[in-house]
Amino acid sequence: MATLSLRDVKKRFGKTEVIHGVNIDIEEGEFIVIVGPSGCGKSTLLRMVAGLETVTSGEIAIDGARVNEKEPMDRDIAMVFQNYALYPHMSVFDNMAYGLKIAGTPKGEIAERVEQAADLLQIRDFLARKPRELSGGQRQRVAMGRAIVRKPAVFLFDEPLSNLDAKLRVQMRLEIRQLQRELGVTSLYVTHDQVEAMTMADRMIVMNAGHADQIGAPLEVYSNPATEFVAGFIGSPPTNFFEAGGRGRIGVRPEHLSIVEGAGAGQLGATVANAEPLGAETLVHVRLENGSLLTVRQDGAAPIPAEGTGIGLAWDGRHEMRFG
Amino acid sequence: MTGRDALAAETPPVKAPGADHDGMVERRGAGLWLTHLGLIVGLLFIFFPIWLAFVASTISQPEIARPPMPLLPGDQFIENYTRALTSGINAPVALMLGNSLVMALGIAFGKIAISLLSAFAIVYFRFPGRQLFFWLIFLTLMLPVEVRIVPTYEVVAGFGMLNSYSGLIFPLIASATATFLFRQFFMTVPDELAEAARVDGARPMRFFFDILLPMSRTNIAALFVILFIYGWNQYLWPLLITTDPSMNTIVMGIKQMFPSGDDIADWPVIMATSILAMIPPVIVVVGMQRLFIRGLVESEK
Ligand SMILES: Nc1ncnc2c1ncn2[C@@H]1O[C@H](COP(=O)(O)OP(=O)(O)OP(=O)(O)O)[C@@H](O)[C@H]1O
Ligand SMILES: [Mg+2]
Repeated sequence: MATLSLRDVKKRFGKTEVIHGVNIDIEEGEFIVIVGPSGCGKSTLLRMVAGLETVTSGEIAIDGARVNEKEPMDRDIAMVFQNYALYPHMSVFDNMAYGLKIAGTPKGEIAERVEQAADLLQIRDFLARKPRELSGGQRQRVAMGRAIVRKPAVFLFDEPLSNLDAKLRVQMRLEIRQLQRELGVTSLYVTHDQVEAMTMADRMIVMNAGHADQIGAPLEVYSNPATEFVAGFIGSPPTNFFEAGGRGRIGVRPEHLSIVEGAGAGQLGATVANAEPLGAETLVHVRLENGSLLTVRQDGAAPIPAEGTGIGLAWDGRHEMRFG
Repeated sequence: MTGRDALAAETPPVKAPGADHDGMVERRGAGLWLTHLGLIVGLLFIFFPIWLAFVASTISQPEIARPPMPLLPGDQFIENYTRALTSGINAPVALMLGNSLVMALGIAFGKIAISLLSAFAIVYFRFPGRQLFFWLIFLTLMLPVEVRIVPTYEVVAGFGMLNSYSGLIFPLIASATATFLFRQFFMTVPDELAEAARVDGARPMRFFFDILLPMSRTNIAALFVILFIYGWNQYLWPLLITTDPSMNTIVMGIKQMFPSGDDIADWPVIMATSILAMIPPVIVVVGMQRLFIRGLVESEK
């Protein structure tokens, strides 16, 4: 367990700056998710913390001690890679034991710790197998196991679930979170999936083209997005942005819009383009006069207006979001 | 019979994945027999001279000199082979076999070790002149031993390495081909693996020995076979630098057994030597066949 802090961390590749100064203080045992679209610099940030990428300027400190110049192994971190990066010629046991072996841990202790981690991850039966004899989910567990046995101060995850199917992803994200709570290890988790970010994070960092646009608890970020980018990126379906009367551009989340019958009713006129009934809820896509599409999320039991009918949109002024 | 079985057992792994379907079709009916007939005829055709050599090594000198040449082995097998191994013509064949073995193993292991290390350096380290070194190595591909043989001889003579194992081995030990091959292989190894090892605390050489080397083992095996035969078959270089018969290698030794001028060739001994010279490469190929074929066919695992 340890604290982790980033002080104005920047990264340049040659002349192009890809991280423009990120600041965060992470408390002991916190689970932080870095989320953002592809290419925004999530992996780069994580790799700087891991020590796989040099820090151009700023400072990274683990437990208060600057680690910028330290090799990954001396930072007391463990990392789970996107493609697992298991050593193909080693058994599951050896994969998990490799780091300990290098550190010179006594044989008996290695066996004990590997078996303990294997029990925790339910991979005890596979210890003698090679990685290629495992399913994707099992490999994922081995990669987790390799990180756990080291008993590191900080866990780093780079999109660890992106190669799993949807169902397994849901299961694994619960397991990872539960495991992390049990072990209480400070964690930094990269994903481009906002559902993962919302469900797993204690706090999340929303990255936008190398800037940390907002850092905060998921629900806080959801209800009070700091920038238009955050409002558009977090939430599915995304926030609607439109011009409302003379009041400029505003954002309203789909669940905060409601449909009122009859042309000319409500605050804004629109026509129904199509509807997607999902059972518990229905997404109604409506077209404004200027042609832009908005999404309304309504209860599954509510009546679904027919395509092409003119309707009015209404919302509570408290739910309007304005940026810059 | 056993030969054919072995052939059938070994064929599938060599096939390209796409060829599988055709193989299944051909394997039925008359096609099967035709293919086998073709293979057997071809085999006999290639094998015949070797058989003749073997027959010649088991009969006596007068029998060879007097046509027609017999087609079945004679009764001089033990005598001829003992004579070849212990006394030979210029030097005992056993000694030449030993020399060849040292040279071929030295060249194969040396080439593999050096090319593994240089490929490792080129792929995993960013040092100034990295590209330059790579292209310099690549350039030597275009200069076979024969082209640089005179300057190389000068250097070896200058170091006093004539008539020595080091003189036989060192000049042939650098290998652009093998370096290139390992470079290509290392580049297919995911970066994540090197990073995972780094996070696990492996220093570069530890990563090399614990992870890269075991992952390259099929490539190494395939290369070992090729390089062993390359080393074994060296002719010009040993001929040039070994003047002492006790340092002769077997391949050049055979040539030197041929009579010059009016001497009478001791054909049974020469033939016995030829057969003996074939045995070590055959053992290496057969012994490493499985690994060798996997190394050529598969790229991963
Ligand atoms: N070694 C490098 N040299 C130059 N530019 C790089 C290098 N690595 C990353 N970049 C650039 O830095 C930016 C951020 O890359 P990064 O891999 O951190 O993105 P990411 O947020 O992890 O994206 P993804 O979700 O696709 O993994 C990208 O624009 C990328 O092109
Ligand atoms: Mg990434």
